[in-house]
Amino acid sequence: MTARRPLFGWPFAAAVVCMVAAYIRAIFFTPIEALQGAAQKIYYVHVSAAISAYLALSVVALMSIVYLWLHDERADRLAESAGEVGLVFLTIVLTTGPLWAKPIWGTWWTWDARLTLTLFLWFLTAGYLVMRGAVDDVAMRARYSAVLGILAALLIPFIHLSVYLFNTLHPKPILLKPDKPSMPTEMLITFLVMWGACTLLCVSLIGARYRYGVDRDALRALESEAGD
Amino acid sequence: MRPALLASAWLVASKDLRIEFRTRTAFLAVLVFAILGVAIFYFAWDATAVAAIDLAPGVLWVIFTFSGLLSLQRSFGVEQADRAMDGLLLSPIDREAIFLGKALANLVFVAGILLVTIPAVVLLYNLPIGRTPVVLFAVALLAAVGLVAVGTLFSAMAANTRLAELLLPMLSLPFFVPVVYGAAQATSTLLAGRPMAEAWPFLKLLIAFDLVFLFACTLAFPFTLEE
Repeated sequence: MTARRPLFGWPFAAAVVCMVAAYIRAIFFTPIEALQGAAQKIYYVHVSAAISAYLALSVVALMSIVYLWLHDERADRLAESAGEVGLVFLTIVLTTGPLWAKPIWGTWWTWDARLTLTLFLWFLTAGYLVMRGAVDDVAMRARYSAVLGILAALLIPFIHLSVYLFNTLHPKPILLKPDKPSMPTEMLITFLVMWGACTLLCVSLIGARYRYGVDRDALRALESEAGD
Repeated sequence: MRPALLASAWLVASKDLRIEFRTRTAFLAVLVFAILGVAIFYFAWDATAVAAIDLAPGVLWVIFTFSGLLSLQRSFGVEQADRAMDGLLLSPIDREAIFLGKALANLVFVAGILLVTIPAVVLLYNLPIGRTPVVLFAVALLAAVGLVAVGTLFSAMAANTRLAELLLPMLSLPFFVPVVYGAAQATSTLLAGRPMAEAWPFLKLLIAFDLVFLFACTLAFPFTLEE
């Protein structure tokens, strides 16, 4: 038997260090935005977490397709891990969003296109994880999850289209646009550090959750052998 | 698509409809639930402050969504008793045909509910239905196809889980958002007597949803069965 790898390895440690560094930089070494004041500082966490959430959910959708194609249980386990991590990041986005919106937009919540989409992504991911918990048979759970993952990916353009007619309060892209980013260099660097930290955290959490899944499934296999 | 596919789908649908026609309990129960819902909604807001015509499309589509869920729950629930599903799977028909047959039976069931609920809303909320009844039913049918396509698939999945009653609405409702939105917006445009062209974007949304999900769910259904 091979030596057991720790769930949280050096990538997680690196992610935590980067995260702390990004926070310190955001709070103490980044200028305060002229119009929004200190409230704008939540931007670094909010946007980075949103990108990480989309990253994790893309993994779920991609692994769902891979599972239905190859029937490889590793794809299912990766989708499960990414789903859980995605839900955590979506929760961060949906918590930091209203906190930022209240002082700047004057409202906690508005049925704006991107808010609605994120909220429904949260519902879909939560439903996905609840369903995983409600099916006992391993192969059936994997197939059901993959089907749901693919259908959810198909649904997203429709929800987006549904709320498209509502005006969005969100600003136009600041970073990714044809000409150079409209943001001072210090802020840009802070954002990039935070973004890197978030991505590293996201990837290392998915990895840790994946290794937990491997251990759990191995344990279940041993238990069922012992039971027979 | 082979002609045999549609023929065997019709066999499955007529089996389900025959069971329903001979017992009739579910249809009547869902119908009473729908009309009760319409009546209860009337007490939930101040009729002097908000005109009924502003609220009616929302009421209609929320009630319809929930009564649709009730009827979808049964779709694969009836196959649980005596493991009837195994018999269905053993029969020499394609699995896609089972899905299409189930969906067709659900569509007839849900259309029957709509056929009574829409006049009930019109009557109880004093709506000026005027020139639009045919268009209104067409919108309703478009919405019902999308609802039934997704709902039938999730009904098949939820029936095999430990949380069937809870899981079906939890999985389906996010998928019903574009349907409810498109149908409710189209309905209120039509009821307000505005030109048909204004309702067209919402109809396009419904049609696109129907096509995409009818196709995707039919393809996905075989994966939800025992291998």
